[in-house]
Amino acid sequence: MSTAALPLSAPTVRVVKRDPLPVQLGLTALALLAMGLFIVLPLVAVFVQAFAKGLEGYRSAVQSPETRSAIYLSLLTVGVAVPLNTVFGMAAAWAVTKFQFRGKNILVTLIDIPFGVSPVISGLIYVLVFGAQGWFGEWFSDHDIQIIFAVPGIILATTFVTFPFVARELISLMESQGTDEEEAALVLGASGWQMFWKITLPNIKWGLLYGVVLCTARALGEFGAVSVVSGHIRGETNTLPLHVEILYNEYNYSGAFAVASLLSVIAVISLALKKFLEHKTGLESQ
Amino acid sequence: MGACSTRSTRLGNRLHTFKRPSILPGFWPAFGYTAIYLSLIVLVPLSAIFFKTATSSWEHIWTVVTSPQVVASYRLSFGASLAAGGVSVAVGFLVAWVLVRYEFPGKALVDALVDLPFALPTAVAGIALTSLYTENGWIGQYLAPLGIKVAFTPLGVIVALTFIGLPFVIRSVQPVLADADQELEEAASSLGATRWQIFTLVIFPLIRPALLTGFALAFARALGEYGSVIFIAGNLPMKTEITPLLIVTKLEQYDYAGATAIAAALLITSFILLLGINVLQRRTRKFLEPA
Repeated sequence: MSTAALPLSAPTVRVVKRDPLPVQLGLTALALLAMGLFIVLPLVAVFVQAFAKGLEGYRSAVQSPETRSAIYLSLLTVGVAVPLNTVFGMAAAWAVTKFQFRGKNILVTLIDIPFGVSPVISGLIYVLVFGAQGWFGEWFSDHDIQIIFAVPGIILATTFVTFPFVARELISLMESQGTDEEEAALVLGASGWQMFWKITLPNIKWGLLYGVVLCTARALGEFGAVSVVSGHIRGETNTLPLHVEILYNEYNYSGAFAVASLLSVIAVISLALKKFLEHKTGLESQ
Repeated sequence: MGACSTRSTRLGNRLHTFKRPSILPGFWPAFGYTAIYLSLIVLVPLSAIFFKTATSSWEHIWTVVTSPQVVASYRLSFGASLAAGGVSVAVGFLVAWVLVRYEFPGKALVDALVDLPFALPTAVAGIALTSLYTENGWIGQYLAPLGIKVAFTPLGVIVALTFIGLPFVIRSVQPVLADADQELEEAASSLGATRWQIFTLVIFPLIRPALLTGFALAFARALGEYGSVIFIAGNLPMKTEITPLLIVTKLEQYDYAGATAIAAALLITSFILLLGINVLQRRTRKFLEPA
């Protein structure tokens, strides 16, 4: 250990040879095989099974009124949950990254909690609060407001599950940006909102979009939490993933896979967007 | 006596010790909104689990969380999550290694596909995996003659949890492997180490914390996973029921106390795991950036 390695004289000289070609080829083949079997094949299976009954079968499954109402409910859920979590994410990131205060680490840890909670439990907690036997159940039923087994419960559970996405992305991005530019803007006489629109927002826009994409993908696909609070009322409280489950359990496999293929297309698009945004922000993928 | 003004300065002092002064605006609205929204959406509903558990007697909770059906589900959930975590570590390490160290056509695409299990809705993954591994499925038909049944057995649970866990390991290992100082390997090589020695004595110790982190993340996620598992598991009582499924079953029977007791047990386990992961990650970071 005392004989320190001599600094290499020329940076082009590489003492370490790369792995021999057969090793490289062998390992690459193995890795590709594993990726293909574990990850790509399920995706391919979705599309093949979706068209098992031909284009007609696919079209009728995708265009059925129940599928349409599931699409509508999924979009509504995303339309409420994602903006809520985006506004929260920006507020949380602003407070956490631009200021020093006590208990900051605790706050950041608390924000991450929903990632550590089983989807089933994420639904259960809202049943406990708003369900018939829950804390506020009586009050809400007295006022004829239904939350559990209804649309508000679905939206709440989805909001919980996707809660940390935007905040987490923005916190790590804004942490690295510091406060210099904002302080300069203020010193030069900008108002708070001018500073926000002209300095902060342009700086974080790609990271913000990245968080929104992740949040949207998860909100559209959430199954466990939504399943617990939805009550599975056809045409009323079925999101797309729940509709997939119902069709599947009725042995309507091609229908289930047809609806699943819609979700898979969105998943693939979100992956492409994610890659593009990672490139834009220079973010390391975690 | 000017009590009012002393009180307000005292409050001011207390706020100063809470938050360091800054010329940037908007701390209180942003912090206030964050605290209120966090409490309403996450903290208060989550606390319901513990308040609800506290209303039942310890005997009742204990009988619920130790009933044979529930214990069988722990065994499956823990066993399958451990096994899936192990497979994820082995396969994930291989994929990360190839993605970081080698060049091949389509590498960017493969790298993007690593995140597919994060993006694909769990229910979709669940029915797709089930269709692959049933006895006449694309993969199942080759395993059936060998006497290997995957769908509707614990093995199927492991397959689904591996699908979910793989990206956690790959994404934990990749950056560490990419950052690993090549000079260390060069030094080892110039000191006469063989390739295998370099791997076991230099590279592996460097990425061990990342592997462990990936394993723990995959394991924690697997314990609570629901959508991708319930289809391929088949949910046979005492055999292929995972713990989250039992929570749902109890809820469907309107046994709120029972569901909550199991949920509390699962939740506490997850939090302990996450705490461990935090410690691990901090250690990894220290390892990477020596002060």
